[in-house]
Amino acid sequence: MNAKTRDKVATAVIYALVSVVVVILFGIIGNILVSGVPHLSWHFLTSEASSYQAGGGVRDQLFNSLYLLVLTMIISLPIALGAAIYLAEYATDNWFTSLIRTTIEILSSLPSIVVGLFGYLLFVVQFGFGFSIISGALALTFFNLPTLTSNIEQAIAGVPQTQRDAGLALGLSNWKTIRGIVLPAALPGILTGVILSAGRIFGEAAALIYTAGQSGSTIDYSNWNPFSPTSFLNVMRPAETLAVHIWKVNTEGIIPDADIVSAATSALLIIVVILFNLGARALGNHLYRKLTAAKS
Amino acid sequence: MNNKQDLKQVVNQALAEQKVPHVKLKKIGVDKVNVERLTKPSKETRQEYWGKGLTYAAIILIIALVVSIIGFIAVRGLSTFLQNHVNVFHFLTSTDWDPGEGKNYVGAAAMIVTSFAVTILAALVATPFAIAVALFMTEYSSKKGGHFLQTVMELLVGIPSVVYGFLGLTIIVPLIRNIFGGTGFGILSATLVLFVMVLPTITSLTVDSLNAVPNHYRQASAALGATHWQTIYKVVLRVAAPRIMTAVIFGMARAFGEALAVQMVIGNAVLMPYNLVSPSATLTSQLTSQMGNTVMGTLPNNALWSLALLLLIMALFFNFLVRFVGKKGQK
Repeated sequence: MNAKTRDKVATAVIYALVSVVVVILFGIIGNILVSGVPHLSWHFLTSEASSYQAGGGVRDQLFNSLYLLVLTMIISLPIALGAAIYLAEYATDNWFTSLIRTTIEILSSLPSIVVGLFGYLLFVVQFGFGFSIISGALALTFFNLPTLTSNIEQAIAGVPQTQRDAGLALGLSNWKTIRGIVLPAALPGILTGVILSAGRIFGEAAALIYTAGQSGSTIDYSNWNPFSPTSFLNVMRPAETLAVHIWKVNTEGIIPDADIVSAATSALLIIVVILFNLGARALGNHLYRKLTAAKS
Repeated sequence: MNNKQDLKQVVNQALAEQKVPHVKLKKIGVDKVNVERLTKPSKETRQEYWGKGLTYAAIILIIALVVSIIGFIAVRGLSTFLQNHVNVFHFLTSTDWDPGEGKNYVGAAAMIVTSFAVTILAALVATPFAIAVALFMTEYSSKKGGHFLQTVMELLVGIPSVVYGFLGLTIIVPLIRNIFGGTGFGILSATLVLFVMVLPTITSLTVDSLNAVPNHYRQASAALGATHWQTIYKVVLRVAAPRIMTAVIFGMARAFGEALAVQMVIGNAVLMPYNLVSPSATLTSQLTSQMGNTVMGTLPNNALWSLALLLLIMALFFNFLVRFVGKKGQK
């Protein structure tokens, strides 16, 4: 075989492997949407999950997922923002900075089940929170921190140095420059990072099984008192999310329509995650165009 | 605050000796100079302390968090060996897993072997595909094609792991049952599910590594009359090799730690896998399915925490490996 034939063969092999990957992706997405979307009815979205009969919905799971997402973001955003500002603006090239980077890398490489078990040990058992939304939100925060921090850090590092110089030349303190100039300039990138990590949180289940629990309590959506045990806002109640629901109906297999419920829930999850991804991109582009003079 | 005192003294002395521009001083009067304000940190300095303090606090919080994760899990995981006196060597090499029966039945070897088997097999299957896709994106396709594949990869990353598990359960497991017989659960199913899950990780890092190869290498190779493939195989891939290795290790770390998707298709029987389609269990799957069934502080529970500790150690090891390979590549 001479060099030219070899080149052709290699090209053909690469094209073949790439098409296999594309086919797999479309197979996956297509399969989920085709088998799930027909069952996504208004009834499915607004009725309670049933524990042993067919025909249950995912109302509470959907709300719990969103509620956990919001709580997690409220807790993790300030921490990630602070850490990212430190790494992008204040950190010098010394042992302490490399220690921080190593720590964050370790945190991001921990399997999510390990993070979940730590949350179980600390919050559920040690602090006595029990299986609760707050335990889940804290565990998800740990899971979320490394990605969010590095996303925000990249966004901040992308702001041109001249912007900082301008702020300092006006006699502003470093901190005021960061708050008043760098952060607004980095906002599109930060928002994109937040939305992308929101997608990851939304689909996470392993960290939640032993923190937020695998069962839901009866929830009253008209009870606005967050301290009442039946209120939908109560953070101390156990809560099952959409992703955990898929896992549970498949492994326990009590309800007869487990396949239908999980197909529909999977479709719902995928649609939300894709919306998050598209939303992140669209918002990033929109803000970028608005804040800079870029065309197209 | 000795410094502050000194500063005040200096300012007072300078005022007394009229070393400051005295024209202005005469106008406003020496006694009206606010020494206190002159020697205090300015508003900007205080803002700076405040802001820097806030970011420091966030950093310290993250470090404390990681230290306590490692600490808590280590303490729990080690109690199997320290309190229940299980032999570490026995734990790592025995395949008898029935911790309810006592300390001679705490052998995790079957799970360790299965975990490594699915990880290595998934990486072996995924790497050729990942390199092909990465090569296609960087060396072959137009910008549009690359962009399309980028979107494909992002979508694959975005699919939650339970959904992969569910698809494995409804598509791959029945398929394997029909082809090979048996239950369909086992290492092969887990490998196929993990293959799709680690593919985007390995691909995106490989793309980065290929993009980092300077373009003049390619031009030099082409100028020597090499074909496209010769350039890729003999130049581009060789230069990018250490970083591709890192990409594969990252993928393996992800596969090793994946819990739910594997748990749904592996079969969950703590047995030494004798072939690729016999039900078995990984470290993560055992943790996921059993943690809720044991009582805190008992041997069966402690044994599970030892599995968690093993996972943690492996995560640290993969981290170390990435650094090690990365350093070697720089030389």
